[in-house]
Amino acid sequence: MLRIHLLEIKYEFLKLLRTPAYSLPTILFPILFYLFFGVAMGQRQIGSVTMAAYMVATYGAFGVIGASLFGFGVTVALERGQGLLEAKRTTPMPISAYFVAKIAMAMIFSAAVVLGLMATGILAAGVTLTLGQGLRLFAVLIAGSSTFCAFGLALGYFTSEKSAVPLVNLIYLPLSFLSGLWVPIAFLPKPLQTLAFFLPPYHLSQLALRAIGGGRPSLATSTHVLALVASTALFIALAYLGYRRDEGKRFA
Amino acid sequence: MSALPLPFPTIPDTPLPAHLGRVTKTYGRVTALRDFTLSIQPGELLALLGANGAGKTTAVRLLLGLGKPDSGMVRVFGADPRDAVNRVRTGAMLQAAQVPETLRVREHIHLFSSYYPKPLSMDEILDAAGLHGLEERKFGGLSGGQKQRVLFALAICGNPDLLILDEPTVGLDVEARRALWRQIRAFVARGKSVLLTTHYLAEAEALANRIAVIHRGEMLAEGTPAEIKGNAASLEDAFVAMTEDREGEV
Repeated sequence: MLRIHLLEIKYEFLKLLRTPAYSLPTILFPILFYLFFGVAMGQRQIGSVTMAAYMVATYGAFGVIGASLFGFGVTVALERGQGLLEAKRTTPMPISAYFVAKIAMAMIFSAAVVLGLMATGILAAGVTLTLGQGLRLFAVLIAGSSTFCAFGLALGYFTSEKSAVPLVNLIYLPLSFLSGLWVPIAFLPKPLQTLAFFLPPYHLSQLALRAIGGGRPSLATSTHVLALVASTALFIALAYLGYRRDEGKRFA
Repeated sequence: MSALPLPFPTIPDTPLPAHLGRVTKTYGRVTALRDFTLSIQPGELLALLGANGAGKTTAVRLLLGLGKPDSGMVRVFGADPRDAVNRVRTGAMLQAAQVPETLRVREHIHLFSSYYPKPLSMDEILDAAGLHGLEERKFGGLSGGQKQRVLFALAICGNPDLLILDEPTVGLDVEARRALWRQIRAFVARGKSVLLTTHYLAEAEALANRIAVIHRGEMLAEGTPAEIKGNAASLEDAFVAMTEDREGEV
């Protein structure tokens, strides 16, 4: 059992690593964006942290969300279309191995993005993080990826092979901007700041900022955690509906 | 066999590899199978022959536990096809299935073999599927025939007793088709059972011990290739005559 899960993880990872359309944008875009914005505006102060440090946290959230949404949403839609999931159902493979492998793969890519951003911040933008802050930020972001794995899974069940990539982009990019992951939330117009409260990425970015001593004090940490837990539950419920619909169609 | 008259048909000691008993299956208003009965005997290759949409894939899906019949019985080695034991004893090639393009042949086989308690060795699998020399190639870079042989390898890697092949040679050129036929024959030669669906008459004739002709969800005829052919000049003539007769009835 364990061996099946480990091999499934290994090959899920290799599969995506060898798919440059996934692995390059997932890891490089957040770091490139950070180089443009974070490094350029780096020494300004925003709240209690420098802009350079602030953006390690928000682009970290951006990267983790991308790795999870694309890693889950696009591969599940694609593999449903290819009949791979069905082919595996005729084997003794435990279905858990399929999903566990995808979660692990999203976390591995998330870890690569976050570590890459931290290294870029420290080396290129003079960010100083204590070891505790660095570890906390890493832990918050990796744990936060689970919300977006669930979101991606739901998208994977409600999109097709062809529509998955454009649709995920259409959701991912505006959502990131409106949640204050590209430019700090305080720079957005007031109505948009209010809207952000309803967007899960906003809550992840605020938790990430809090891990390094920044963020807005207006809301309690527990509120952000609760918002993420609630949205995770919602996404899992949606994914389950999609799964049932899919099974109904295929296995009726 | 006992000479005593028995009130019920005897249940064989070794359960049949696969059995559909009076199965009816509808999708919405379409009846895919109607009162359909089919058995696969140990060690035989049965070709389920029919036009596209005749109900072949539905029969395959039921035997693989990928669906439930509306009525009737589906048995694989005497048990529910979804039993864990049957997942181990049955291998399948689904129609138009694909595996990830960026993984190598060897990696796909390695992963699928890990699902089974007693898989064949890598060498045996490469042999049985005619894949020597292609181990390090990525699936996406293979030709159509090579891809089908990889899927064949994944179907047999667990050393199954029953192999179910749904239109395995569709879209292949003559050469590639014949290569896959060789692999299928070698598998049967080891005493295993195979259900193969096809709409190529030549394929049924070349491979099968027994042919079952399915038309619009119903069984039209069943027998050895010679029996099916009967007095017709070719299997094709027999097939056309059979299905045309049926059209006249409707």
